[in-house]
Amino acid sequence: MKFAYFPGCSLHSTAKEFGDSTVAVCKALGVELQEIPDWSCCGATSAHATSHELAVALPARSLGLAEKIGLDVVAPCAACYNRLKSAEAAMKDKGELAEKINSTLSDKYTGAISVRPLIDPLSTPEILERLASFTRKPLSGLKVAAYYGCLLVRPPKVLGFDDPEDPQSIDNILRAIGAEPVEWYYKNECCGASFSLTRVDMVHKMTHDVLLRAKKSGADAIACACPLCQANLDMRQEEIGKKYGTDFGLPVFYITELMALAMDLPEARQYWSKHMVDVQPALAKIGKAPVQAAAEEA
Amino acid sequence: MSQLSKEANEAVKSDIVVFGSETNPSFYTEVQEICGENALQCYQCGECTAGCPAAFAMELSPNKVMRMVQLGCEKEVLESATIWLCAGCETCATRCPKGLSVAKVMDACREIAGKKGIKSSEPGVSAFHEVFLAGVRQNGRVFEPLMIALHKVKSRNLFQDVPLGMKMFAKGKLPLVPSRIKGLEEVKKIFKKTAAK
Ligand code: SF4
Ligand code: SF4
Repeated sequence: MKFAYFPGCSLHSTAKEFGDSTVAVCKALGVELQEIPDWSCCGATSAHATSHELAVALPARSLGLAEKIGLDVVAPCAACYNRLKSAEAAMKDKGELAEKINSTLSDKYTGAISVRPLIDPLSTPEILERLASFTRKPLSGLKVAAYYGCLLVRPPKVLGFDDPEDPQSIDNILRAIGAEPVEWYYKNECCGASFSLTRVDMVHKMTHDVLLRAKKSGADAIACACPLCQANLDMRQEEIGKKYGTDFGLPVFYITELMALAMDLPEARQYWSKHMVDVQPALAKIGKAPVQAAAEEA
Repeated sequence: MSQLSKEANEAVKSDIVVFGSETNPSFYTEVQEICGENALQCYQCGECTAGCPAAFAMELSPNKVMRMVQLGCEKEVLESATIWLCAGCETCATRCPKGLSVAKVMDACREIAGKKGIKSSEPGVSAFHEVFLAGVRQNGRVFEPLMIALHKVKSRNLFQDVPLGMKMFAKGKLPLVPSRIKGLEEVKKIFKKTAAK
């Protein structure tokens, strides 16, 4: 299994632990990643909020570069995946727009390769089996709310990945590593991340609702696959707790971090210092309090 | 794409007349040209609004936007804050029994507003998109610290989230140097050919 890897801008900065854990986990599971040479930003929300053509053209450049190395693309970030996949669909239309865009690209995208979210190959039966057999320290007793948010599964017409109303891929990964996915009905609600720098008031309410539902479902932690969701749920948790008078105490993990933890990869220790909400209570619950790592950083 | 029956088309047209003189009956076609969604197909069931996580902050509910696009109430829609407050979560598109995406209609409305030079009712949001895209044009990738700082200056909101920013910095979540791609000329060309304005 080999893919063209699209890390995206966040995985190189605010979500570095998502990028690092992705690389570590894929290596351990025998999923080969080749970074797309000279990939560029997918345009995220801002491109499609201002110009439909730009929103197709920006990802199309990276798709052309991936086609050149002849590999299907995986993107760990839900937002990048969504933009790349939408561009794939628009370009495969082979209409005027595709022609116009290809005329600006030195490496054309003709539709010969496709895009998948990283958790798609990571949740196939074959990889899940491997993951279970590589799990040296199962996360037994840890209740986790699998949070998919919007961009991994919607709109289903374009993405065609998992069930848009009750997605299961992250839940299945959690089961494979011995954790206990909780039943909850906000797993695909929007946390408002696209307004994280602009309408903080809206973000507070939307993120609060997600956190509250996770808490009420009995979860000890949240697992996600989107840097925007993670940033929102983790970084804003304290201020939201203060505003609404609730102490959530819900660490927000990338699913790949939990996989690395369960496989007992040495890299896992480096992730925890990047988290805003204390991960210790959750890790203590499964007997993995990173006392030493914490002491080193203090 | 299926067409509306003649009668339905007539009904919509008579509504336009009722609504007043400042309507643009071809507004829906302008929207459709950009995003492919035919707003005339909306039958106002309200499913989109029922599931919309941002409706609480909008002055026009999503189904109302669809109705106003049908009726050609261009000015009200393009000047609304609502089109900037759609989170693009596509819950509406997932649930619409007619297979319509209000999200795409909102996208198209913002694009039209931009082309027509209509002042945004949510300047903070539009400033964010500008700053974000300017960064992509310059480096081919996003350099978050600069983007955040510029947005603060542009939206005159210097002090929001300063403590949070400091914490991110302390945790090494913000990079210090921008990463720049080699194919910058190509990215500039893409912007030139496809960006609005
Ligand atoms: S769900 Fe679809 S048909 Fe119903 S009101 Fe919304 S856009 Fe119209
Ligand atoms: S995409 Fe926009 S209109 Fe549709 S449900 Fe989400 S926020 Fe509401």
